[in-house]
Amino acid sequence: MEGDRPMLEVKKRLPGDRVVALAGNPNVGKSTIFNALTGLRQHTGNWPGKTVSNAQGHFTWRGQGYCLVDVPGSYSLLAHSAEEEVARDFLCFGGHDAVIVVCDATCLERNLNLVLQILEVTARVVVAVNLMDEARGKGLRLDLKRLSARLGVPVVGMSARRGEGLEALAEALDQVCRRERKYVPPVVYPSYIEEALALLEPTLTRPLAPWGGSARWAALRLLEGERWAAEGFARYQGIDLSKAPEAAETLDKILAGWEARGIAREMAAEAIATAVVRRGEVLAWDVVQGGGEHTRRLDRRLDRLFTSRATGFPIMLLLLLGIFWLTIVGANYPSAVLSKGLFALEDWLAAGLGALGTPKFLVDALIHGGYKVMAWVVSVMLPPMAIFFPLFTLLEDFGYLPRMAFNLDRCFQGCRACGKQALTMAMGFGCNAAGVTGCRIIDSPRERLIAILTNTFVPCNGRFPTMISIISLFLLGGAAGAAGSLLGAVILVGIILLGVGMTLLVSRILSATVLRGVPSSFTLELPPYRRPQVGKVIVRSVADRTLKVLGRAVAAAAPAGVLIWLCANVTVGGGTLLAHITGLLDPLGRAMGMDGVILTAFVLGSPANEIVVPILIMAYLAQGSLVELEGAKLFALLAANGWTWRTAVCVLLFSLLHWPCATTCMTIRKETGSWRWTALAVGIPTLCGVVVCMLFNLFSGGVFAPLP
Amino acid sequence: MGNICMLSDLRPGEGAVVRCLGVAGETRRRLQDIGLIRGTKVVCERKSPLGDPVAYRIRGATMALRGADARSVEVER
Repeated sequence: MEGDRPMLEVKKRLPGDRVVALAGNPNVGKSTIFNALTGLRQHTGNWPGKTVSNAQGHFTWRGQGYCLVDVPGSYSLLAHSAEEEVARDFLCFGGHDAVIVVCDATCLERNLNLVLQILEVTARVVVAVNLMDEARGKGLRLDLKRLSARLGVPVVGMSARRGEGLEALAEALDQVCRRERKYVPPVVYPSYIEEALALLEPTLTRPLAPWGGSARWAALRLLEGERWAAEGFARYQGIDLSKAPEAAETLDKILAGWEARGIAREMAAEAIATAVVRRGEVLAWDVVQGGGEHTRRLDRRLDRLFTSRATGFPIMLLLLLGIFWLTIVGANYPSAVLSKGLFALEDWLAAGLGALGTPKFLVDALIHGGYKVMAWVVSVMLPPMAIFFPLFTLLEDFGYLPRMAFNLDRCFQGCRACGKQALTMAMGFGCNAAGVTGCRIIDSPRERLIAILTNTFVPCNGRFPTMISIISLFLLGGAAGAAGSLLGAVILVGIILLGVGMTLLVSRILSATVLRGVPSSFTLELPPYRRPQVGKVIVRSVADRTLKVLGRAVAAAAPAGVLIWLCANVTVGGGTLLAHITGLLDPLGRAMGMDGVILTAFVLGSPANEIVVPILIMAYLAQGSLVELEGAKLFALLAANGWTWRTAVCVLLFSLLHWPCATTCMTIRKETGSWRWTALAVGIPTLCGVVVCMLFNLFSGGVFAPLP
Repeated sequence: MGNICMLSDLRPGEGAVVRCLGVAGETRRRLQDIGLIRGTKVVCERKSPLGDPVAYRIRGATMALRGADARSVEVER
């Protein structure tokens, strides 16, 4: 599926910059360190697999420039998933000047496996033992000096969230880059392997000289018969090992000797992997003291609450409900204020532009078209997002998301999909494009495609405001205040559950048809819970996520507003352009319990789902004369155009079940590398939407009848 | 002489030591990566609400494994 993956491209600012790879197990705080060093704001959260793209940043220490590459987390260099392979290839063949391997101090032993594997490739390594504060809290004592002596490279203790240890890290990095270190084999293997290495390694030293890594590492991979290593040398370093006759000859001789002694190559590979894990075990014994299960009492109590048979699912629902309720309640008032203010500005702006002598046509298109849609998007989207994102980020920071995947995995297993799909769905709540990119955490290409094709069944943040406003206008039946908002939240959760149900159903169908197969192996880490940093979360999620998503929406909304205004005002052959389009789509729209205008709004809203409702209003307004659009007036406008609660339900359903927005489509194209899968990702949810809406329309009693 | 069974047979709270991995290829590698090799101590921590997957303590971390994978790991209680 990935084809010929190019090597990660490093963008240095100055030619003299040192390239540093930031590696480590998933969820050890790599992104926190990355942000702290570079001053960038890569999103962080307490769940494994969060960093899926390779962020790069720059920093300067003692006058020297560094280019820091945040490599996706992985447990080992014996990679599995597409993104782990990217990490592996960059670490092994990427031509960096040094590697920082970040470890979790609370779980050092497991982390040492990757440390040792990387140390086999290069000695230019700094080990950053992060989360020292958490380790202390758990009563663990780590002797980092001893660890440094055992490994032969600098080891720095850090609590990156508090900003502790950053300078020491930069200092150690500088040292490692400046002083050439003697390569000390970090792991000693059984004698038959060491004997083989003694023969094979010298034959590789010369051919591999341009690469700069350790010949011992290359020899090990050849002994294991790992094809990716030889391929990596050829692809990234231009070194063709098959043209190193001495090495090939020696390898044949070794393998023949092994065969004579009854040693299979797989056995050797196994012995190599085992020796690394064992070495980590011994090291951890040597440097870690204290801890013990009693320090995990709180974690276990929380796990009992969040994942037990009795409370696991109810709490999941309650959390979802709580988040939406707070979002709806909290967003009401600021939304009203914002919309009043922004719409008041509309007339001012129009008057101002008019006074400047701008032609009326242009003023109308820009202000009553572009500005109006933009104002709607801001006033309707900003408040809910500014509440939803921080709440969601708190859950993320806390470590709840992996528990959700743990609870739901059985369902995905039944659909022959991967439980980590629950994580990518959670990302989809923020933005489906992000969710699609996030699917890289799923190892099996088949399961990854399933997750990509179904991600749009999770309503993203661009669709929530639409849903919330339609729910509060039509389905709350005049219920106001806290009770009304609660009912709204219940309906919203119901819609999300429908989306989850559709995800599972479609995943199952895909597994039985175009993506046939059995579920692959699955390992999911449940990290310790962490106390979320409330203040930071709020600032970060509002500043980074909310404004980013809003910016994108506004950028799409303004031109779309102008376009729709033009469509509504340019007359072709006796009717406006808009009337022609809506007329064309009307029969299908009515069969689905909506009308042509609504379908047109969904089509024109493809650049960003946020603008569906404003387009709808513009289109209706083009035939009417309303100017202000707060709740009651909007209701009146929609009702005047034939909306009933049934129309509202159909719009909600179609909003959940239709093609992904343009950004998401482009992301799907990029991730799958195929237009065919992209077409399927558009077709499947659309078909679901059409069928579900028609069925609803049919059974709610309105077979092709015009709206009352 | 301990009692030999599969990792999936452990009940929450029970501990065991890995004897061997009964799978090859990707799955085997993935299990090795999280530290499951001969001699590794494993404690069954808790089942998910629907009974599968199950969370295990492995080398200081909590890892969830599906029954299908846990059934291929031979352990000694």
